[in-house]
Amino acid sequence: MAKLPEQAPERLGGYIVHGLPFPVDTDPDSLAFLKRMAPVQIEQGYHITYLHSYGQDSPWFAGASNRRLLASRAPTSGYTYATPRGHDMVTGEPTDWIDITDRPAHIHAFTVCHFGSEEFLPETPFVLALIEFDGVQTLFLSRLLGVDPDRASLDWIGMSVRPRFLRNSKLKPTDVYFIPSEAAAG
Amino acid sequence: MRPVYAISGGVSKFAKARPDRTFQAIVKEAYDYAISDLGLEMPAFTGLVDGSVASYFSDHFTRQLMAGIMVQDYLGLCPKPSHRVEGGGATGGLCLQEAWKSVASGHMDVCVAYGFETMSHVETWKGNEFIALASDVSWDYPVGGFYSGYYAMMVTRHMKEFGTTVEQMAHVSVKNHINAYANPYAQKRNRYTIDDVRRSPMVAWPLTRLDICVMSDGAAVTVLASEDGLRKLEAAGGRLRRPLVRVSGIGRGTDAMRMSDRPHVDYDTFLRDYATEQERASDDTRAYYKKLWDGGARYPGVHSFRAGRTAGNMAYRHAGIGDPLHELSFIELHDAYTSSELQTYEDLGLCRYGEGGPFAASGKAFLPGIDYGLKLSDKPVCPVNPSGGLIACGHPVGATGLMQAVFALWQLQGTIAQHFGDPTLQVRDARRGAIHSHAGTGTYVTVSILEREN
Repeated sequence: MAKLPEQAPERLGGYIVHGLPFPVDTDPDSLAFLKRMAPVQIEQGYHITYLHSYGQDSPWFAGASNRRLLASRAPTSGYTYATPRGHDMVTGEPTDWIDITDRPAHIHAFTVCHFGSEEFLPETPFVLALIEFDGVQTLFLSRLLGVDPDRASLDWIGMSVRPRFLRNSKLKPTDVYFIPSEAAAG
Repeated sequence: MRPVYAISGGVSKFAKARPDRTFQAIVKEAYDYAISDLGLEMPAFTGLVDGSVASYFSDHFTRQLMAGIMVQDYLGLCPKPSHRVEGGGATGGLCLQEAWKSVASGHMDVCVAYGFETMSHVETWKGNEFIALASDVSWDYPVGGFYSGYYAMMVTRHMKEFGTTVEQMAHVSVKNHINAYANPYAQKRNRYTIDDVRRSPMVAWPLTRLDICVMSDGAAVTVLASEDGLRKLEAAGGRLRRPLVRVSGIGRGTDAMRMSDRPHVDYDTFLRDYATEQERASDDTRAYYKKLWDGGARYPGVHSFRAGRTAGNMAYRHAGIGDPLHELSFIELHDAYTSSELQTYEDLGLCRYGEGGPFAASGKAFLPGIDYGLKLSDKPVCPVNPSGGLIACGHPVGATGLMQAVFALWQLQGTIAQHFGDPTLQVRDARRGAIHSHAGTGTYVTVSILEREN
């Protein structure tokens, strides 16, 4: 039998209280007692909308929204980055765009996230995977679907996968995700 | 460069939450302890301090920009020079090294390195989100930003390539938690078994909650001085413990923010650029690595930290260390995850690349004289995280690297019993120790060597 939780989840939030207990008089004894007072804690919200630019990486998102997976290649050495990079880290040259949508791809490493950052908690459990592509020297971080998160296995490493794209692009790297190649064929 | 001595330190009790104090007042607890340990009063000490370096990671956690100057002000150090350093989880290690540079260069005779983090101001899952913002917000964070997930991916690759097991990793958790049982500064003081570690809730497969450090509120302070600084402190009535402890080596390394961008270098490049001098000099080890590469292994990939190797090699050269396992009395290293302690064994040259798993379970990194409830094949050689490390002490990010410095200083002074109220964790005849501070997925790493003078 699964172990039952012994602790209720903690959340900020609660009743709003106006005013706090305080000594009726500010005589020396009462003021001295204030050093033994428990801390007052309040909630402070902090909400921001950023205008985030993908800058030189922008074509990748245009590609993904049109169901093409782009990568960056150094023109002289041919060193290829699965995660876009505007300039090569060895020569410093500007990289060129190439299309790797149809390259054979495999799982290089993975995990199943049963917890996560607040933004992604509702999506747990989800599978993160680093994808390797034939002829590409670096990896690509993505979501892996089509596998059972409760049956994680090291055998997944090396598994042949292929990209799928969201029909309605969100202009995020999650516009592409990967599934086992066999599932795609089926 | 002039000799630099670590002369005093203080650590606040690391706790899940410290709502009873603001961050400035938490730092002051550690600062006052460091001054008191020198036998000085604050005004006399303040008069001798030339400046400071502030260490804290995230403006998000405090919701306060320029928090460093608020600490400087609260400690009564204005208008002396100061600056903040920031480099993720390695912030404390970077801070210590910046203070070292201030003294070694002759710019200061007495420099205070202080650090803190108050992570309890947001819920745990929001805290995970803040920490995940220390990954590329275009490419990493939106996919499911979660540091435990990033480290778990390193683990699965390490397990696949080298046969590392979750039980080997759990040895690290058992060791560090049981060590912390005798450390009153530690946040978690529990005795666990391998079974406990594996049965605790799964966070990111295969890492469970007991494979992962916790978020904390806390502060730490280290005081560094030149020989002129020592003379001034003693002239003012300061009590310096002898033999002195010198910071005899520093090293740093970096790597790409995106784990996916890490190179996979060939055998010759590994041997030339990353292997320790000891590894390069050993026919047996070179043959071992050749076999690994012939089998498809590459370095660092996603499962090793070339920043750590770079930092370690640099610090070892600086301090004249050729055989770290046998020439270091202990190491306090950045065990944010059991798996990262295991990876770091390899990158600090305690064992060969790929052999971190068997090393973790061997007993070589355990303390002698403590019953861990484990069958260990080897006797302790170089205790790692005798304090309990991040896994048990907690990880208030900006304080962590400085906490390591303080614990290392006390080990080398032979004063653990005095400061902990318990001699259990004192490494016998500790002569030289290393502290290792680590950021991101291995993006900034510092290694500093502290050494007792003869």
